[in-house]
Amino acid sequence: MRVKRFFEKLSTLDRRIIYCLIGVSIIISLIGKLQFREFPSAMTKKVFATIESLPKDAKVLVAMDYDPPSEPELHPMATAFVRQLAAKEVNLYFVALWPMGQVMTSKIVDKVLKKKFPDYQYGKDYVDLGFKSGNQGVINVMRTNIKKLFTTDRGGTDINSIPLMEHVSSLKDFDLIVSVSAGYPGIIEWIQFGSDPAGVPIINGSTAVQAPQVFPYFPRQLAGVLGGIKAAAEYESLVKERYPEIAGDENMAIMRMGPQTIAHLIIIFFIVVGNICYFVTRKMSV
Amino acid sequence: MRRQIPLLITFIVGIVLILSAFIPRAPFGSLGEEFTVFFDIIAVFAFILGGGALIKLHGDKIYKRKKGWGYSLVTVAGFFITLIAGLLKTGNPEGFAGKVDIEGSHFYALYEYVFLPLGATMFSLLAFFVASASFRAFRAKNREATILLVAAFIILLGRTFLGSLLTLWLPEQLNFLTIPELANWIMNVPNLAGQRAIMIGISLGVISTSLKIILGVESSYLGND
Repeated sequence: MRVKRFFEKLSTLDRRIIYCLIGVSIIISLIGKLQFREFPSAMTKKVFATIESLPKDAKVLVAMDYDPPSEPELHPMATAFVRQLAAKEVNLYFVALWPMGQVMTSKIVDKVLKKKFPDYQYGKDYVDLGFKSGNQGVINVMRTNIKKLFTTDRGGTDINSIPLMEHVSSLKDFDLIVSVSAGYPGIIEWIQFGSDPAGVPIINGSTAVQAPQVFPYFPRQLAGVLGGIKAAAEYESLVKERYPEIAGDENMAIMRMGPQTIAHLIIIFFIVVGNICYFVTRKMSV
Repeated sequence: MRRQIPLLITFIVGIVLILSAFIPRAPFGSLGEEFTVFFDIIAVFAFILGGGALIKLHGDKIYKRKKGWGYSLVTVAGFFITLIAGLLKTGNPEGFAGKVDIEGSHFYALYEYVFLPLGATMFSLLAFFVASASFRAFRAKNREATILLVAAFIILLGRTFLGSLLTLWLPEQLNFLTIPELANWIMNVPNLAGQRAIMIGISLGVISTSLKIILGVESSYLGND
C-alpha cells in the first residue's frame, strides 16, 4: 500500500521540480562548457559538399529568414554557411523576407566577413539587398526580374551602380541559394516559387520543428537540409576541420549541444520514471 | 454594394493572377510581378493601420483602467520608445544620415539588449514545457502509445552524442541499426510519408478554399453585416 502510494505520488510529481531540474542542469552544463564530439550525418556531409563544390566567384543568394526567437538555433548555422562560402571566395547576395533577417545579415557581416575576411569588399564580393515585404510574391518577382523589386540595396545605393549586380537580373543567374529559415515565408516558398521553377539548386538550414516539413523536398527539389542545433553542430565541426584558420573561436552550435544533450537525458529519465510509475500502479490496482 | 464590390475585386484579381500563371505572354505574364509591387505599397499602409489599431486598443485599456492595463502601458511605451529611436535615429554614431541599426545607436541597443534576449527567452520556455509534458504524456498505455514512446526515445537519443556512443561498437554492416541512423530512418520514411500526405491534403484544401473565395461562395473575410 505504501509502495503504491509512493508511486502514485511520484507519477503526479510537481512540475516545478521538473522545471528546476532542467534549469539547474542546463546552467551547470553552460557554466562547465560541456562539449561533445560530433559525428556528422550523411545529410550534413551532403550540405557541406554542395558548398565545397562551388567554384570561385560563383553567385550565391543567402536568404536570412529568421528572427530573435529562432536565432539561438539558426544563427550558428547561418554563420557557418557564410564562413564556408567566404572561404570558397564566392560572391554573396544577402536578402531577407523577414524584417529581422536584415539585422541578422548585419551581425554576420560584422562578425565574419569584416573580421575574418577583410579582403571581402562590399559591392564587389558581397551585397546586402535588405528586407522586402511580400512573402512569396517577392520570390515570384525575383525569379524573372530582381531589379524591378530591388531598385536599391539596403543602404539606398542604386542597384545599377553596384558592380556585383551587373550580371544578375533574375534568380536563374545564381549558382546556389542558401536559405536559413524559421517558418513562413521561408524554405518552402523559396523552393516552390524560386529554386524549382528557376532550376537553381538550394540548400537549407531550418529549426528542428520545421525540418520534418522540408524533408519531402529532398533530394529532387532540395539539395540538403540542416535540421536544428544538432545538424548545425555537425556542420560547424566539418567547417572547423576543413578550415581551422577561419573556424572562429566561438563555435556556437557545438557549445549549445552540451546543454541540449543534458536536457534530452533528463527528459528521457522522466519518461522512464513516469512509465515505471504507471506500470507499477496499474499492476498493484489489478 | 458593400459586399458586391469587394467580391467583384476578389473575383477579378483572382482570375487575373490565375491567368498570369498559365499565360506567360504579355500582358498576363508580368501581371503577377505588378501585383506584388502593389502588395508592397498596400503593406506599408497596413503597417500604419496595425500600429494605429495597437495604440487604440491598448490606449483604451489604459484610459478605462481595465484589467491588465499595466501591461498595455508597457506595450504602448515600448512601441513609442522603439518608434522614436528608429525614426529619429537617436544615439546614432553617424547621425541622422547613418544606418538606423548601426552598432552604438539606441535602436541597436534596444534590439540587442531587449528584443533579442526576450525573444530567445520566450522560445526557450518551450524546453521546460516539453520536459513536463513528456513526463505526463509519454505513457505506454496501448500499442500506438508504445510505438510513439519508442520513436521519441530514439529521436531524443539520436540527437545527442550519447546516441552515437551507445551504438558505436556495431560493425559497419549493421550501421543502419545505430541510434542516429534509426533516428534518420524515422524522419526519412514514416515521418516523410505522413508529411507528404498532409501536404497533399493541405494543398487540395487550399485549392478548394481559394476557388470558393474567388467565386464568392466563401465570403467570411468580409465580416458580418
